[in-house]
Amino acid sequence: MSMPHAANLPLWAAILVAAFLVIGAGLTLIGSFGFWRLRSFYDRVHAPTLGTSWGTGGIVFASMIYFTVLELRPVVHEILIGIFVTVTMPVTLMLLARAAIYRDRAEQNPDVPVMEPARARLEEASTGSETGSRLQNGI
Amino acid sequence: MTRFFPFPLLLVSLVLMWLALTSLSLGNLIVGILVALMAVHGFAALQPSRPKIKKWHLVPKLIGVVLLDILRSNIAVATIILQGRRRQRKSGFLTIPLDLRDPTGLAILSVIITSTPGTAWMDYNSARGEVLLHVFDLVDEADWLDTIKNRYEHLLREIFE
Amino acid sequence: MSEMIVVFAVWVAHGALALAMIFAMARMMRGPRAQDRVLGLDTLYVNSMLQLLVFGIRTGSTFYFEAALIIGVLGFVATAALAKFLMRGEVIE
Repeated sequence: MSMPHAANLPLWAAILVAAFLVIGAGLTLIGSFGFWRLRSFYDRVHAPTLGTSWGTGGIVFASMIYFTVLELRPVVHEILIGIFVTVTMPVTLMLLARAAIYRDRAEQNPDVPVMEPARARLEEASTGSETGSRLQNGI
Repeated sequence: MTRFFPFPLLLVSLVLMWLALTSLSLGNLIVGILVALMAVHGFAALQPSRPKIKKWHLVPKLIGVVLLDILRSNIAVATIILQGRRRQRKSGFLTIPLDLRDPTGLAILSVIITSTPGTAWMDYNSARGEVLLHVFDLVDEADWLDTIKNRYEHLLREIFE
Repeated sequence: MSEMIVVFAVWVAHGALALAMIFAMARMMRGPRAQDRVLGLDTLYVNSMLQLLVFGIRTGSTFYFEAALIIGVLGFVATAALAKFLMRGEVIE
């Protein structure tokens, strides 16, 4: 494999691009390895965030430096991918975590804390002081 | 003014996104502004709640703190994964009572906590104001409580409340 | 010299990301629960998006960027829909 355009790159930029590439890809690899190896689902949720935080960040920075130096004008559209991934990944993870908790609670899995609102409802039933809004909100 | 430009921050970021995706020229700027105006009016028709940022000068500080913490916990989680089973590690759930009530502030707090490797936002009980977290390396519960309450919640409350 | 450094780094990144994709796919096939498989699919999406960005650096063209953006958008929508499916078993409710 040869990359003729990369020969025009100054040495400092080449080293920066290489460092960011290796760090980003390495963090993503460690994240995916942990995702494969860890034992419980709730532990595994943490592993892919390595790839979506500084894993993506490193590769996006490498791409930005590479194209900006080569074309001698700022190329910043890669940063859109970085912003997009950092904004969407927490949303998908939270949705998945809630789905997992919902399923585990439905099966009464002992590893997962019991539904907090259930305790609130029990307290209300015993004291009888607060009704209504708590029942509606505490889903 | 607010009738024609309902969400100025969203409008500006949509125009910037359009310019980043295409190229920097006058024609693209005009088309981008038109598209962004349509999108902003469509968004206003959904009747979203209007977040109010009270202290703008604290926003860069929050972004800086979060980026630094994400970098640090990246290193921490990567080390734990690479060390494998040689190291005794306890992970578990943690319930934290929050004083923050602003919906936008809570949304931002959940995004910060989930995108930081090592902590994940699991569930929120709005009636009790309690959040259920899962922590990857739960050595000291009080330490995590202190981090979330003093580092993030304090800043977010100052910005939004 | 600088060509050699970048070529080496690009190869390392390609290899690491390919291995990461294999790990994600292995977890997706192994499960054991449905949520593990969905999270595996999401990780696979992100890894292939990063792989496309590295392709973009290797070939020097910006077309791969657009493909990566589309994979990112579709991956988000797919995972959100699947997570919703796991909550109740129905996407439309």
